[in-house]
Amino acid sequence: MSVSESAAAQKSAGLSGQSIIAEIKAARIDHIISVPDITTSEGLLRPLAKMSDPRFIRICKEDEGVAICAGLSYTGKRGLLLIQQTGLLDSINAIRGNAVEYNLPICMMVGLLEKEVGVPPRQSKKYGVRIVEPILEAMGIVYHEIEEQGDVAKIRPAIDQCFAESKPVVLLIGQRPKQ
Amino acid sequence: MMDRKKTLAAIARHVTDADIVLPVYSTAFDWLDVRPSPLNYLSHGAMGLASSHGLGLALGRRDKRVIVLDGDGSLLMNIGTLVTIAEAAPKNLFHFVSENGTYEANGGHPIPGRGVVSFAGMARAAGHKNVHEFSDLKNFEQQIGDILAGQGPVFTCLKIVSSGEQERDYSRLHGPHVRKAFRDALGAG
Repeated sequence: MSVSESAAAQKSAGLSGQSIIAEIKAARIDHIISVPDITTSEGLLRPLAKMSDPRFIRICKEDEGVAICAGLSYTGKRGLLLIQQTGLLDSINAIRGNAVEYNLPICMMVGLLEKEVGVPPRQSKKYGVRIVEPILEAMGIVYHEIEEQGDVAKIRPAIDQCFAESKPVVLLIGQRPKQ
Repeated sequence: MMDRKKTLAAIARHVTDADIVLPVYSTAFDWLDVRPSPLNYLSHGAMGLASSHGLGLALGRRDKRVIVLDGDGSLLMNIGTLVTIAEAAPKNLFHFVSENGTYEANGGHPIPGRGVVSFAGMARAAGHKNVHEFSDLKNFEQQIGDILAGQGPVFTCLKIVSSGEQERDYSRLHGPHVRKAFRDALGAG
């Protein structure tokens, strides 16, 4: 097995949804605000929706969620917006205003719909995946790729930094977490 | 139809120093004249999102009444908020929409569905149990106290007309000093 094949095999070994949820809880997230996303549907969304803590709020459209997280942030609560990248793209104006121009801690976990496992987002064959990171960079928004199990350890520090510095963060989920 | 400033003054008579109020656009400029307060939440980041900010505040501070003074054009941009708020059902959230049938802050162009759309009807269909609609100021003045003393979520449509020309200095809504004042006031109590 070549080095690149070995790396791809490691990445395809998967992500544990429970370990991501553990990191979300350890980061003191108290509200999950979500529009369903097929990448995170089974491994994250369904188990989170059954929990009373963090409280789960279903929304109709992703920009609503940006504003709910903004309102929560003033009260000292920590919201996490769980969406897919189509919703991120749809919400750019709300993110521009609230997260970037107002410097609010909008924490987003974004499933990358149709991203190929083991392929970096900007090398995806899917236009809708390739453009995500360049857009976030153009907006000056910090992001982290959560593609393999070793990346899960990035989640808690990234969320803590988001709230400590009152700046947005995007956690890009690169493959479907297992339950 | 009700004069907007007189309608807002009727609301203001029942607002306490502990309440959070989120007014939008033209309503916001009139509200600032009627009831300036550091607990006015004025920076919504993008049109249509005031009620969603209000939901976040209501969820995070259940000890406080949260009063959203929305506009009809703004609500149409985020109409799903009616469903979201009805399902989340915060007892401390009171959502008013001023209906004048125009995008007043954007040149006074008519909203789609002007005169046909029923915001109260949409709120009921979205699952809201406490829904009101007023076009008579005396009737509203008689009932607003009970509405704000009740349990949320409440949706109230106010059929209004503009109170006249406004000086629209948007730094009064979006300036960083506005958000700092709100944050400090909320943190203090």
